[in-house]
Amino acid sequence: MSTMWQEFSKGLWKEVPPFRFVLGLCPTLAVTGKVSSALGLGCGVIFVLMVSNTLISIFKNQIPGKIRVPVFIVIIASAVTIVELMMEAYFYTLFEVLGIWIPLIVVNCLILGRGEAFARKNPVHLSVADGLGMGVGFTISLSVLASFREIIGSGTWFGLSLLPASYIGFELLQSPPGAFICLGLLLALINLISSKMEDKKQGC
Amino acid sequence: MGDYFLMMISAIFANNILLIRFLGLCPYVGVSSNVNGSVGMSGAALFVNVLASAFTWLVYNYLLVPFQLEYLRTVAFILVIASLVQLVEIVLQKTAPALYRALGIYLPLITTNCMIFGTAVLNINQENTFFEAVLFAFATAVGFSLALLILAGLRERFAIGKVPTMLNGFPIALISAGLMGLCFQGFIGLGQ
Repeated sequence: MSTMWQEFSKGLWKEVPPFRFVLGLCPTLAVTGKVSSALGLGCGVIFVLMVSNTLISIFKNQIPGKIRVPVFIVIIASAVTIVELMMEAYFYTLFEVLGIWIPLIVVNCLILGRGEAFARKNPVHLSVADGLGMGVGFTISLSVLASFREIIGSGTWFGLSLLPASYIGFELLQSPPGAFICLGLLLALINLISSKMEDKKQGC
Repeated sequence: MGDYFLMMISAIFANNILLIRFLGLCPYVGVSSNVNGSVGMSGAALFVNVLASAFTWLVYNYLLVPFQLEYLRTVAFILVIASLVQLVEIVLQKTAPALYRALGIYLPLITTNCMIFGTAVLNINQENTFFEAVLFAFATAVGFSLALLILAGLRERFAIGKVPTMLNGFPIALISAGLMGLCFQGFIGLGQ
């Protein structure tokens, strides 16, 4: 149980996906204009990661090493198709907003990366915990970035207006170049925090 | 003719695949630390992007649509792209060893480049004709190369300049990409 918790929790800070490893950057920048779309894509990624990690881990001894990458990709693509069809059927507005980014989950390097680096070598229960942890970490990171961009960029959060109506909104943050600048500053902040934490440890 | 020209301008500048559409960012931050690597990556991307768009267009319109299998698009496209890259690698190795060596490791890396897959899906979503699809893929890849080479040049400069420690590496690359994106956005209004 404790090892499962360990595998789960490493995705939340120590190895949190888009910030620690710069993996899966494209959706991180593209869907973070609004918190709701960031959360929606995050849920899709959690589902795909758990399905792919579970299946890869179950069949790890049957999949021949040489063709493992194509096999992994087919597993991931099937999970993505499930997400795509489910979203189209039950969450149509979200499906419209996310658009091309739902099929693009398939080429998110985070998912193939976890299959290759973790699920291929570990038992099923640990792989599920790893997939869940990484997925949740990814979703939280996306939501943090999206909150920042949505609140400062247009004064709303989850569509609710937070700032007074006289607030004009810093439109740069809502535009694509603003996404790059925001993520750059956030990464710098995380670097700063972790170097401060390192200093403290050494001080003790 | 004018329409095609506008489409190309829009794909290269105003809707630049990297800076505005956010596709293919992994190689963008990964290989852009030196100019030589970026040239190899650009060449490989241009070559595979045009081929992959042509093939996926044919597969979608002549295989998936007649059998009403459109929902298999994601699986079919990723398989087409993966096997295409493999095929190109084998053919190049036999017929053009010099080109093969020049592209080197960048060729296999292309499979997971979301620009290729993204262009293929965009072609279908925009209901492009075959000729438009190929042209769009070409222009997209040119835009990719342009942004990649400019950033690589900038990052070679950063290596000898003084950058604050907390901004070193990815953060400064991302911020400069953002500023570049602002310039590229200036072309909005030229294309559709």
